[in-house]
Amino acid sequence: MAVQLSTGRRGALWRDARVLAVAGQIVFVLAIVLLAALAYANMMRGLERLGLRLQLGFLSLEAGFGISEGIAYNPGDSYGRAFVVGVVNTLRVSVAGIILATVVGLLVGIGRLSSNWLIRFLSTVYVETFRNTPLLLQLIFWYTGVILKLPPVRQSLSVADRVYLNQRGVFLPRPVPSETFALWAWTLVACVAAAAAVYAWRRRVALREDRPGFPFAAAAGVLVAGAAISWFALPSAPLEWQVPVLQGFNFRGGIQLSPEFAALLLGLVLYTGAFIAEVVRGGIQSIPKGQWEAAQSLGLRPGMTMYLVILPQALRIIIPPVTSQYLNLVKNSSLSTAIGFPDMFNIGVTIMNQTGQSLPVFGLIMATYLSFSLVTALIMNWYNRRFRLVER
Amino acid sequence: MVRPVPATTATTSPETANPIRWIRKNLFNTWYNSLLTVAAVAALAALAPRLARWAWHADWAVVSANMTLLLTGTYPRDQLWRLWAALLTVMSLFGLSAGAWRGNPRRWIGAAAVAAMLATTGPFQAPARGWLLGTCAGVAAGFMLGRGLTAWRRALWRRVLVALWVVSVPWIYLLLHGWAGSSWLPRVGPSAWGGLTLTLVLAIVGIVASFPLGILLALGRRSRLPAIRWVCTAYIECVRGVPLISILFMAQVLLPIFLPDYRIEHVVRAMVGITLFSAAYMAENVRGGLQGVPRGQIEAAHALGLNGIQTLALIVLPQALRAVLPAIVGQFISLLKDTSLVAVVGLLELLGIARSVLANPTWLGRQAEVYLFVAMVYFIFSFSMSSASRRLERALGLGER
Repeated sequence: MAVQLSTGRRGALWRDARVLAVAGQIVFVLAIVLLAALAYANMMRGLERLGLRLQLGFLSLEAGFGISEGIAYNPGDSYGRAFVVGVVNTLRVSVAGIILATVVGLLVGIGRLSSNWLIRFLSTVYVETFRNTPLLLQLIFWYTGVILKLPPVRQSLSVADRVYLNQRGVFLPRPVPSETFALWAWTLVACVAAAAAVYAWRRRVALREDRPGFPFAAAAGVLVAGAAISWFALPSAPLEWQVPVLQGFNFRGGIQLSPEFAALLLGLVLYTGAFIAEVVRGGIQSIPKGQWEAAQSLGLRPGMTMYLVILPQALRIIIPPVTSQYLNLVKNSSLSTAIGFPDMFNIGVTIMNQTGQSLPVFGLIMATYLSFSLVTALIMNWYNRRFRLVER
Repeated sequence: MVRPVPATTATTSPETANPIRWIRKNLFNTWYNSLLTVAAVAALAALAPRLARWAWHADWAVVSANMTLLLTGTYPRDQLWRLWAALLTVMSLFGLSAGAWRGNPRRWIGAAAVAAMLATTGPFQAPARGWLLGTCAGVAAGFMLGRGLTAWRRALWRRVLVALWVVSVPWIYLLLHGWAGSSWLPRVGPSAWGGLTLTLVLAIVGIVASFPLGILLALGRRSRLPAIRWVCTAYIECVRGVPLISILFMAQVLLPIFLPDYRIEHVVRAMVGITLFSAAYMAENVRGGLQGVPRGQIEAAHALGLNGIQTLALIVLPQALRAVLPAIVGQFISLLKDTSLVAVVGLLELLGIARSVLANPTWLGRQAEVYLFVAMVYFIFSFSMSSASRRLERALGLGER
């Protein structure tokens, strides 16, 4: 922002913009270094007073605390292993949350633009309610006010005798491969190859004849049809549902979501879904009215207008903010600390309390979150380059 | 599913006068819309009676018995007048500003009258009722005064108002905090603040303190000097890449290690954490505004002979900040919600005090009632602010040029 006035080479040294720029940076860097040195000296004194020394060796010590869920771990494992369990748990809830929040966000975002007044009204109420209250409050409400108030195991709520809800969490049927699964999987591989071929063909047709070839829709159709036909053609279904059954004091089989995981997932999905819905609505509305009108006057039906004209343009606007919502979801999963889900942050705090090594543990937590952000940023940069609007 | 043209004409045309036609047009215009309507009505019919029954049978005594606690925390009960005075100050300023910026008189005076009626008839104790009525009068009087003074000397008066708002922040902080040894404003340290008061204090301190810091960071990120640019960019991206809760924990745990010679109160540590966090987001907002200022403005300023600092202070920043005002309001709303995270590090703001009320065995199992009340308070604040921000956006004529 500073002004660059060219004062000529013979001007006084302290009026030369280039000299001033270099000098200014040196002073700035010196100030930062000085501040850091001061903080470091203070920190060493503070740590000494607490009787601590900075080192990373503690990561290989025995953790000694239990973790309620996640990949294989026992209290005899190291702190490092415990942290990895936490990272995997964070990723687990984040991936599930991102997928579900996208579905919710898309549906509600489109619902807010529906021509049906009731759907529009309900979508608005949902979005405004969840966007205008704190996520932490929602999480605590879902956990203590809803999930923990579910009936005990023996009086579980059931949905069609497949899904069970009780104090111990949510129990879902799990797909289990049967003896025909291998055959079906190979058919599926063949279908994918066929779909790729169809995609390439339709795309070529579209480019050559300068008309919509619907390459993606055609490929998806081939894939779904192939998978469905082979599923029903096989003598027995390739995947069978293993339904959870009550045995003794708990359910066996199926997928079990702990109450903490279920509450966290529910809270994150409903909260982030509301934000994604607003992004989707804004993206669709940002496409100028002229685009709708032009498509209509070309004779496109509303569905085709959406698919061929509006969505390709809206997606370019929608995807960057949705990505930042995904990142928010990953970061917000750290709020599980309040309801006791053992994610990375929660386990990090436990390690910190046990070892007193607050600085290295914080460094580790921050570095992990930052690497998530970095990977996303790289993907986004690639995406933006790939789908940049070509200016003419 | 989606309206071809995002028009509002469907609901506002004169045909709305005919309810049957309206229903056919807005609920049953296509077969899938009819299906959706029937499904939605069925779901509502199944849910609504249950919710109504629950709300009727719920035990709201837990909220009314703990109202003072939820709103003010452990602020000394004989000093509550200071909070009321702060409320009166803020609301009067709102009235003055609404009058000065041509607010709708029916809306403001009407709202004040309705609030006054509620204050008279509601179940309040004598001092609370008096203060509430005083606040309503303050809003109404402020509105009329603001209108009058604006009609008299508009530019001067608006500048005075901005100055009043700026001064009100330290004034309210002084009112709340007081100082040791004073007889009429005895010191009430931040550790005694709680409930909604603490929530608002944290959010306001966070946004106000992060404002100058955010401007500096934004300018630094756009600097031509690489050292400054890199440091500012690194700070902004690092803070935006990690969750607030980790920064709050860091402020609680690491501040005492970095500053071993001082004893810093928990609330102040949280304020530092929130400010450092908020500054990075503020910087990105301000940067957006800076990018929106056309280059020609800067070149014109230089052509007029303004130097770098004058260009920045008189030409660039006023335009940039005006453009990002709605974004800053949005940031304030999310900060207000985010202050609830300090409950995790043990502070008793609105959510924290709600949890401690629920820990009292007298109110066992009243989670739904208390959390719904808390949610409603947050909702009222953030919803009203976001709609005010939309109006502000329209009033400033942003996005129309």
